[in-house]
Amino acid sequence: MIPSLALSFFAAAALLAGFGRRLRRTAVWLALAPSVAAAATLLAHAPRVLDGEPVRESISWVPSLGVSLEFSLDGAALAMGLVVSLVGAAILAYTVWYQRDPIPLLGRLNLFAGAMFGLTVSDNLFGLFVFWELTTIVSYSLIAYDDRSPDARKAGVHALFVTALGGLVMLVGFVVLGTEAGTYRISEIAAAPPSGPAVTAALALVLAGVLTKSAQVPFHGWLPAAMAAPTPASAFLHAATMVKAGVFLAIRLAPVAMGNDVWQGVLLTAGIATMAVGGWAALRERDLKRILAYGTVAQLGLLTVLAASEATVAASVALLLAHAGFKAALFMVVGSIDKATGTRDIRELGGLRRTLPGTWVVAVAAAASMAGIPLTLGFVAKEAALDALLAASPAIAAAVAAGAVLTVAYTTRILGVFWGPERTAPSSSPAPGMTAAAALLAAAGVAFGIAPGPVEALSGSAARAAGAAAVALPAWPGPKPALWLSLGSLAAGWLAALLPIGPRRGTAAASAAFDATVDGVLGFARRATAVLQNGSLPVYLAVILATVVAVPGAALVTAAASPAGLVPAESWLQAAVGAAAAAAAVGLLALRNRLGAILLLGVVGYGMAGLFALQGAPDLALTQVLVETVTLVVFALVLGRLPERFDRPARPAVGAPIRVALALAVGVFVTGAMLSAAAGRADAPVSEAYLERSLDEGYGRNVVNVILTDFRALDTFGEIAVVATAAIGVAGLAAGIRGRSER
Amino acid sequence: MTLLLPVLAGVLFAGGTYLVLTRALARILVGLALLAHGANLLLLSAGGRAGAPAFIGEAGAPETAADPLPQALALTAIVITFAVTAFLAALAARAHHLTGSDAVEDDVEDRRVARSTPEGTS
Repeated sequence: MIPSLALSFFAAAALLAGFGRRLRRTAVWLALAPSVAAAATLLAHAPRVLDGEPVRESISWVPSLGVSLEFSLDGAALAMGLVVSLVGAAILAYTVWYQRDPIPLLGRLNLFAGAMFGLTVSDNLFGLFVFWELTTIVSYSLIAYDDRSPDARKAGVHALFVTALGGLVMLVGFVVLGTEAGTYRISEIAAAPPSGPAVTAALALVLAGVLTKSAQVPFHGWLPAAMAAPTPASAFLHAATMVKAGVFLAIRLAPVAMGNDVWQGVLLTAGIATMAVGGWAALRERDLKRILAYGTVAQLGLLTVLAASEATVAASVALLLAHAGFKAALFMVVGSIDKATGTRDIRELGGLRRTLPGTWVVAVAAAASMAGIPLTLGFVAKEAALDALLAASPAIAAAVAAGAVLTVAYTTRILGVFWGPERTAPSSSPAPGMTAAAALLAAAGVAFGIAPGPVEALSGSAARAAGAAAVALPAWPGPKPALWLSLGSLAAGWLAALLPIGPRRGTAAASAAFDATVDGVLGFARRATAVLQNGSLPVYLAVILATVVAVPGAALVTAAASPAGLVPAESWLQAAVGAAAAAAAVGLLALRNRLGAILLLGVVGYGMAGLFALQGAPDLALTQVLVETVTLVVFALVLGRLPERFDRPARPAVGAPIRVALALAVGVFVTGAMLSAAAGRADAPVSEAYLERSLDEGYGRNVVNVILTDFRALDTFGEIAVVATAAIGVAGLAAGIRGRSER
Repeated sequence: MTLLLPVLAGVLFAGGTYLVLTRALARILVGLALLAHGANLLLLSAGGRAGAPAFIGEAGAPETAADPLPQALALTAIVITFAVTAFLAALAARAHHLTGSDAVEDDVEDRRVARSTPEGTS
């Protein structure tokens, strides 16, 4: 049942992509159907889940490997799932009127909703990861939706880079966590949480995913840039759902992670820094959508702080629900203003209270919840958070209150566009459907602010699933320190909005840092390519040979051994032949006359034949004599065409000292490796069996021949193939040379 | 095992390495031939001490028969080396025929990539 809900989103997306344009108006209903179905199903399951009975489902996928698709609908999943389906439905409805050609956008939003829903209900770390990365990819395609805009494409790549990299690091953490726990099923990990240094390392890796996805400092730059997306996508992905995935995962992993100092320390530090950076940046922005984006960054910081401690988990879920509602509504409001007036700059907007009255009412209701004015869900959630924090950690409570001051200040700035003198007159008024969709969400914020019972049940159930305590969410807390703190920050924020905080000049620091990082990586890659792939064959060879000497050579030095029964030479004759071959080889190095080179090479080759014969290998000796003779003929023919003397090239690729040093090192390495390898012999040679079986099975008395034609005939077949291929190549090359000469 | 064969193989490898690192095509060819001889010697010396040829007479294999397997491997290697050397020689002759030079030049494309990298970024 649960997985089929996720599937229905994907099916709708596929149908919209395939037949959307032909379906016309039916397509709208098709786009909305999965969200409505999901919401209805979740609400039907809600009573059981709220009683603490999660719905678990498992589909066996690869039973032999123990891989199955596991889903769980617990309190946290229910809360997030309702956001995805209900807020999603409102945004999809808004899209129908907002977008000129809504079908493709509706399709992609459904694709995203399916991925996000799957992430929400996944009970398996790998399943969660797959959906997590799927939301990243769909987010990329939505940010870069206007694919003709370079800015949009760049913003899409920025988001993709940061969140996908974080996700990959997180995957490593998942693997470690699952290995430590002995299961990848999240509910089982939560039931018996593992601990130890490996788990701390795993959690640190998972944090990379949490912080990038939820746009925490210093990774927050992608979220304001992502405002290049169509406004419904911004409302859905970059305000209501996807950016909450990090916080959601933190709540999901709370039973394992909550007591971990590293986890909690990083979340608190990043969260508080993000609150400050986001809130301040929002005050410096003049573009409505970017103000909201930085506001989202700040609120995500607050959510991260709340998700870090047991006492505030319930409040974090309540605030997550409140934020999804008011921020999505405000994005819709901004979309409506943008569509009606053609601008989002607060300096060009004013007096919209009179010209866009419906939008004004919605904006005020949603902004009240964002600022935390009593009788809104935002107030209830923030009040619960402050109350819990004042008891647990007054310092953090003070930081949160300071963040609230900034929130109130930029909220006041946003609402400023509705008052004052009229600047840009709207050329049209927003479609009633757009206002209605936003109004639904704004109204929900007020309704649950007056009667927070359902949110209290939902957040309590989510907190209990995370191993934390539920908290009461009263509509009016009564005179408590938290209330004075709340009201104080409201007043301070309203005053702060009057401060002349100037607009930002140039690009944001986080954006510039990302650009510099990407440029730095590309520049390093280019320089590395220029150095390593310099086009010189001798340099490549030198690098390879130096590696051979350095890496296995280092191992050889530590494990050098001498074989037993080592004799200097078999006989004086062998020593003499070997010395002659060695002398000829050394002579070759100095010689630059080609005829002399051919002769000396011949000495080496026939010397080899002599050594083979003395070793007891007549076949080898015969072959060597034969091959050496033919080789000398070939060389004489070829070198006859090359210059009389080997020219000294103008500039050697590898200097002579390096060549000599490398040559000596390779020589010593080969000798040492051979001696050590011989010393390492542990078993009797396999050839004893060959000697025994040669006559009976191979019907041959020459064992070497029987090996070549029978025991290892496949090797010989390969050898013949090489010879044939080389012969074809030689024939072709030689024909080319002759043809040229005759012309 | 005799010390002579591994030492001689080392000498051949050293000489071959020195030669293949030069730019003259003909010297590279000679260097490859030396490397191949060295490799064959290594195979042979892996068989241990010298012995009688591995022929089975009426009385069975000789007690002191040399290890036949490395011989078979070396034999295969000799033939393949010959084939490859002949191909390289033909390639060298063709290259000289076309360019009039027997030097191994740097890859033009790679040089272009390296040159196109300005100092600093992008």
